[in-house]
Amino acid sequence: MPDDQMLLRVEGVTKSFGAVRACHDVTFDLWPGEVLGIVGESGSGKTTLLNCLAGRLEPDSGTVAYRNRADELSDIFAMSEPERRMLSRTDWGFVHQNPRDGLRLDITAGGNIGERMMMVGARHYGNIRTEAETWMDRVELDLDRIDAAPRTFSGGMQQRLQIARNLVSGPRLVFMDEPTGGLDVSVQARLLDLLRELVRELRVAVVIVTHDLAVARLLSDRLMVMRDGTVVESGLTDQVLDDPQHEYSQLLVSSILQV
Amino acid sequence: MTARKSKRAGDETGYNFAYLDEQTKRMIRRGILKAVAVPGYQVPFGSREMPLPYGWGTGGIQVTASIIGRDDVLKVIDQGSDDTTNAVSIRAFFARTAGVNTTEETAKASIVQTRHRIPERKLRADQILVYQVPIPEPLRFLEPRETECRKIHAWSEYGVMHVKLYEDIARFGRITTAYAYPVRVDDRYIMDPSPIPKFDNPKMDDCPALQLFGAGREKRLYAIPPYTKVTSLDFEDHPFDIETWDEPCALCGADDSFLDEIILDDKGSRMFVCSDSDFCSARRAEGHTGPMADDPRFADPEPSPREEVSHAG
Ligand SMILES: Nc1ncnc2c1ncn2[C@@H]1O[C@H](COP(=O)(O)OP(=O)(O)O)[C@@H](O)[C@H]1O
Ligand SMILES: [Mg+2]
Repeated sequence: MPDDQMLLRVEGVTKSFGAVRACHDVTFDLWPGEVLGIVGESGSGKTTLLNCLAGRLEPDSGTVAYRNRADELSDIFAMSEPERRMLSRTDWGFVHQNPRDGLRLDITAGGNIGERMMMVGARHYGNIRTEAETWMDRVELDLDRIDAAPRTFSGGMQQRLQIARNLVSGPRLVFMDEPTGGLDVSVQARLLDLLRELVRELRVAVVIVTHDLAVARLLSDRLMVMRDGTVVESGLTDQVLDDPQHEYSQLLVSSILQV
Repeated sequence: MTARKSKRAGDETGYNFAYLDEQTKRMIRRGILKAVAVPGYQVPFGSREMPLPYGWGTGGIQVTASIIGRDDVLKVIDQGSDDTTNAVSIRAFFARTAGVNTTEETAKASIVQTRHRIPERKLRADQILVYQVPIPEPLRFLEPRETECRKIHAWSEYGVMHVKLYEDIARFGRITTAYAYPVRVDDRYIMDPSPIPKFDNPKMDDCPALQLFGAGREKRLYAIPPYTKVTSLDFEDHPFDIETWDEPCALCGADDSFLDEIILDDKGSRMFVCSDSDFCSARRAEGHTGPMADDPRFADPEPSPREEVSHAG
């Protein structure tokens, strides 16, 4: 697929919960290999938008179109549920804020990584095992823990495992919701470095939600600032952070700089 | 297999023929037909209260009650044996409520209701095997949500089944699942074959007899029609295999049957004998002997009349 065509085309995505307008009229394109950060304070609608983009939550109105490997741009909510589920375990990844939501806690680390391979028909134990080892290594997990259940892992290790479990299928698009959210600052820093390396190396497109502007600056090429469900500003990361135009962005940037 | 003389046995006991009312039996038969039409697919059914607790085979009993006719000959096995409390009670239940003849001989039975085993003797096209199933959902251990299980079945998203086998090998070096070993039926649905040993799995494949499964508590029916392909899940480099023993049956000398270990004394002596007691005694009656066949402790005190079926009275 030529890189000059968008991977995801989002138009007018709107989702309310009762009277709460969680996200309103969101429109943007995402390009192959691009990392888009969605920032905004808690409750601004970031998670709701991400879930709509990833096909996990159907918007009230608007469309999300994904360009598949056959180069067809199709509305993800117009496709059948099994098609969408197939995409979400092959072409896409989803890294949850809480690793408990994205891991099988009582299945070994190797089994967690191997699951996507088995989902698409891998039936050779040795090959699955070798690939799981490779990914343990790539996310800097101790190989000795490959047969341990993630229930016994630290938060940082669980998050690394969740990343490996998603990347093993060679996705083209990964959604991340506050991937460093619950972690200690020192653990966060190393995980961020790792994420940045992997994303660059694999040239995978990422939509990453964070309330932490430092995370956004480190990882994303482009930023969208959300407030009360609406995108108030978007642009290249450095532009938005160094020269915010919207007064809310200015407030957000100045408040982070004060910390 | 229709209950032509529905009222007769009931007249003596106050129960309808085979205990269940005709309406219920028709409902279950409709479920069975659907199960046969979609091999390995779990069909929900309105399971009835039975005069036995769940776990005693209420699903199997309801299936048997729905298909049994006056001319049927019923055999009931539990752990391969016809003599356990469970098997004896179920046999007595049908002898009383349906007035049918019962037998311990696989060859003479038209319906075999079973828990834990498939008879060693090859089943025929004029026989039906009814399994009592405690947990019908093979995905249960990985996916507690019922709606999600249904989607996985509907769209054959079965990779997750191999995660369980992967776990076995990762933790123990081999596939340790020995009972209720999952199978794929007719290259489509993945099915839990009930807690039979994996030794019995190959018998389900291309079997001439109709195989019906009933889960009472979970209210599910499923089936394997005659001559259907049934494959046990495995990995290319860890292929499915069945249990083997280093010695033959101590009593009948069979080297191709599933053996139970029996502890003989507190000094650790033990023996291995066929779990299928009918198969073992038939072989001994034919003159086959194992290494301990002459041991007086195992001489059959009163050889059962093998040629007779017992008549309900
Ligand atoms: N499932 C839901 N039901 C009701 N309200 C919800 C639900 N999910 C989110 N909301 C509301 O939508 C708004 C946006 O929430 P969310 O998308 O979680 O924001 P963020 O991820 O930016 O913190 C909030 O007011 C939140 O309370
Ligand atoms: Mg959120």
